[in-house]
Amino acid sequence: MWTTIRGVLIRDLLLAVRRRQDILTAVLFFVIVVTLFPLGVGPEPAVLRDIAPGVVWVAALLATLLSLDRLFAADLRDGTLEQMLLAPQPLALLVLAKILAHWIVAGLPLVLMAPLLGLQLGLGWEELQVLMAALLLGTPVLSLIGAIGAALTLGLRGGVLIALLVLPLYVPTLILGTGAVENQMAGLSPEAHLSLLGALLLLALFLAPWAAAAALRIMVD
Amino acid sequence: MKVALEARDLACVRGDRRLFSGVSFCVDAGEVLQVTGRNGSGKTSLLRILCGLSAPEEGAVCWNGADIRTLREEFARELLYIGHQNGIKDDLTAVENLRLASMVGGRPATDDAIDAALRGMGLAGCEDIPCRFLSQGQKRRVALCRLLLAGRRLWVLDEPYTALDAAAIGTMQETLHRHLDAGGMVILTTHQEVALSARMRQVHLS
Repeated sequence: MWTTIRGVLIRDLLLAVRRRQDILTAVLFFVIVVTLFPLGVGPEPAVLRDIAPGVVWVAALLATLLSLDRLFAADLRDGTLEQMLLAPQPLALLVLAKILAHWIVAGLPLVLMAPLLGLQLGLGWEELQVLMAALLLGTPVLSLIGAIGAALTLGLRGGVLIALLVLPLYVPTLILGTGAVENQMAGLSPEAHLSLLGALLLLALFLAPWAAAAALRIMVD
Repeated sequence: MKVALEARDLACVRGDRRLFSGVSFCVDAGEVLQVTGRNGSGKTSLLRILCGLSAPEEGAVCWNGADIRTLREEFARELLYIGHQNGIKDDLTAVENLRLASMVGGRPATDDAIDAALRGMGLAGCEDIPCRFLSQGQKRRVALCRLLLAGRRLWVLDEPYTALDAAAIGTMQETLHRHLDAGGMVILTTHQEVALSARMRQVHLS
């Protein structure tokens, strides 16, 4: 079982290393979207600080979305998806490995970039820590839910369709993620929001791989 | 005698078109089944049903008497499918492709075995080039190397000879012979003449 999972994981990470520009594109997109806000809203520090959590989170959602349609589409084109469906292990496990690879490639860089952008918008040290914790719990949820969307829109030509499908499902993560930082800024404890975010992660971890696997079987049929 | 793979009364519908119905056959150890028929008669659809990739409209596919849809992983351990697409990544080298594919298949191949398989398929010298730079025929050979590495009993091959030159077709024939002699089973579609002396059956889709 671990061999299969390792095989999928190593393959996707190796492919990501070979096509570094894809990772860079998503991270640069994240940086640029956040940087546009001071230019659009004006350089008033109090305003920027207030909108900072929302801006960073919305940019993170969009950046994740950007990399989602590659998740299964490339495998469908070259036939490796068929081979995964025929692997002697439950498909959900293989899908989970792919989601993990996607998070390492597309989600983790966002978590690491976020403090810099938060600093730029005027967040304090403790708020940055909460922002990072919230993103660390939240971005895997984005990858997990996104995988269902990517599987359901497989073979359909529509980067927009996946956005319409997935973005509404991202709302709870967005609310909890920004809520945690805002609580910290208001001098309250962010713990409740972070706990709920953790619960959401566990729920998605158990349900999303099965749902995505079922969708894949239907779409490949 | 125990029947290894049995198709019972299969029917396939694609869109509004009924491609075939009432297709029944069985394949025992050491036998080849060639699926013939003109373009669009449903050969690939039949192979995909036999692998469990798509569900038949009617009928069932049984492995040692049990429906493959209930066996799932147990059946997957016996099966190797090579479809129209090669299932190799263009950005990885032949060696990486084969090593990772064997890991995903649950039976990691050693470096020596991969080297031997590549040499056997006439790919010596192409081991460390990204597959993007290989020709169609060479990519097909990389895909076919998996036959030598996976150690599965049932091979389902969709047009295995596509893009291969005469030498590679010869190698493939030998490989098939050895597999059949060892008690393996092969189901394939091809428009080429297959000279397999072993017990050969045909299913014609019309």
